[in-house]
Amino acid sequence: MSVLVDHFDVFAGGFWLTFQLCILAATGALLVGTLVAVMRISPVPPLRWIGTAYVTVFRNSPLTIVMFFAAFGLPALGSNADFLRIPGLTSIFSRLGIDLPYFRFAVIALALYTAAFVCEAIRSGINAVPPGQAEAARAIGLTFGQNLRYVVLPQAWKSAVVPLGSVIIAMIKNSALAGFFGVIGDLSNSAQNLTSALGEPIIPVFIGVSIGFLVMTVPLGILLDRIERRRAVAAR
Amino acid sequence: MTERTEAVEVAGGTTTGEPLIRLDGVNKWFGPLHVLQDVNLSVARGEVVVVIGPSGSGKSTLCRAINRLEPINSGTITFDDRPLPAEGKALARLRSEVGMVFQSFNLFAHKTILENVTLGPVKVRKEKPAAARDRAMKLLERVGIANQAEKYPAQLSGGQQQRAAIARALAMQPKAMLFDEPTSALDPEMVGEVLDVMTSLARDGMTMVVVTHEMGFARHAANRVIFMADGQLVEDAAPDEFFANPRSERAKDFLSKILTH
Ligand SMILES: Nc1ncnc2c1ncn2[C@@H]1O[C@H](COP(=O)(O)OP(=O)(O)OP(=O)(O)O)[C@@H](O)[C@H]1O
Ligand SMILES: [Mg+2]
Repeated sequence: MSVLVDHFDVFAGGFWLTFQLCILAATGALLVGTLVAVMRISPVPPLRWIGTAYVTVFRNSPLTIVMFFAAFGLPALGSNADFLRIPGLTSIFSRLGIDLPYFRFAVIALALYTAAFVCEAIRSGINAVPPGQAEAARAIGLTFGQNLRYVVLPQAWKSAVVPLGSVIIAMIKNSALAGFFGVIGDLSNSAQNLTSALGEPIIPVFIGVSIGFLVMTVPLGILLDRIERRRAVAAR
Repeated sequence: MTERTEAVEVAGGTTTGEPLIRLDGVNKWFGPLHVLQDVNLSVARGEVVVVIGPSGSGKSTLCRAINRLEPINSGTITFDDRPLPAEGKALARLRSEVGMVFQSFNLFAHKTILENVTLGPVKVRKEKPAAARDRAMKLLERVGIANQAEKYPAQLSGGQQQRAAIARALAMQPKAMLFDEPTSALDPEMVGEVLDVMTSLARDGMTMVVVTHEMGFARHAANRVIFMADGQLVEDAAPDEFFANPRSERAKDFLSKILTH
């Protein structure tokens, strides 16, 4: 187990990069997922179709394939995902700004894939809002967008937050794939390096990597349990 | 089918010429169910029209058609001389001019009573929040629940919630108000407080379409009573006339049922 001590900096660095990947992908997934959910319930049929098609594709494709398309398809299309080199953001998440695009590709793949599940969690939250709420909002003259923003979504979030948390936990675990698609120095890529390049023993290395993921997922899970329990008490 | 009294000469109502709400040959189907059958109705400014009829006769649908919460299949509905616009900004604007009060209150559950009342004025009418707040407090005072302003809907009694819902509708300064069985979800002891607010609105000259089974309200506050059955307007008469002398069998039958208990 000495590898955990000897290469603590590698694990810590891998954790930090995976953490950044997860923060960015989760943010993107929440934004895109909310947008797609709104499209799916919009009164405009073509928007609904696009939303439904999006969810159908991304919910039913293996993440590996989505990662593959991002890592090899985007460059083939001539994109280095430079739109993610957002000034300001790159100073916090320095990997976003570098020339090597694989971190950006991983963010995109993970965010787009997770967005389909975020969409469905939000949609179930929207469906849990009594229809009278939206109706009353329409009756006082709120437009579709205002209705969502001020009446429906704030209430939908409440019942969506626990399923959303589960989606994000799944996303954190899924982020382990990034190391196999060109991202250097995240938790899974660090593990590969330590075992194949440096010949460290496999089991302790993967225990270290597991701890890295558990540090992110377990607190989130506990938080969700808390929220759920508080809800249950409030509902009584 | 429709027997309408030409001029409206009743119950101390002040009504003027051009109708504010007008339905011409309105038909509405839910699948095979013909819920509104060739409905013609006009409601003058300042007029209070009570709609009664057996369950399932289409009263709610009629009420909801007027602000297009329920789209119709044929015919025309005009409000304030304009045909109802299709879904979109113009319809939202029209809806803001027609207050609606629901059986189940439908107050925004995540907002305080005060926020419920100011949301429309601030977001739809772009009023200054402080001004909207002042006006909202006056309205809450008017309906007698100013001291509940900071509470959430679930913390109020049914009667208080319904009065808050009326205040929310009034905050938009509507040209007309639609009420769909505003007191049927209330415990009996709270019905009076809501009817009092509605009666005072009627006195102040608000144009109102009220679906209700409160015959006392119909007698005292309405200019006209409309009796609906199976999607048709079967009778349209002054309250005194209607209650003393219903013309159709359906109406006689209905009245005998609701007035015997
Ligand atoms: N969204 C809907 N889809 C299908 N059928 C509907 C819908 N809304 C109402 N109906 C049907 O249309 C008919 C008229 O309904 P409506 O609610 O207008 O009646 P109502 O006179 O208001 O009855 P109540 O006194 O019970 O409120 C009923 O038979 C009802 O079942
Ligand atoms: Mg009804």
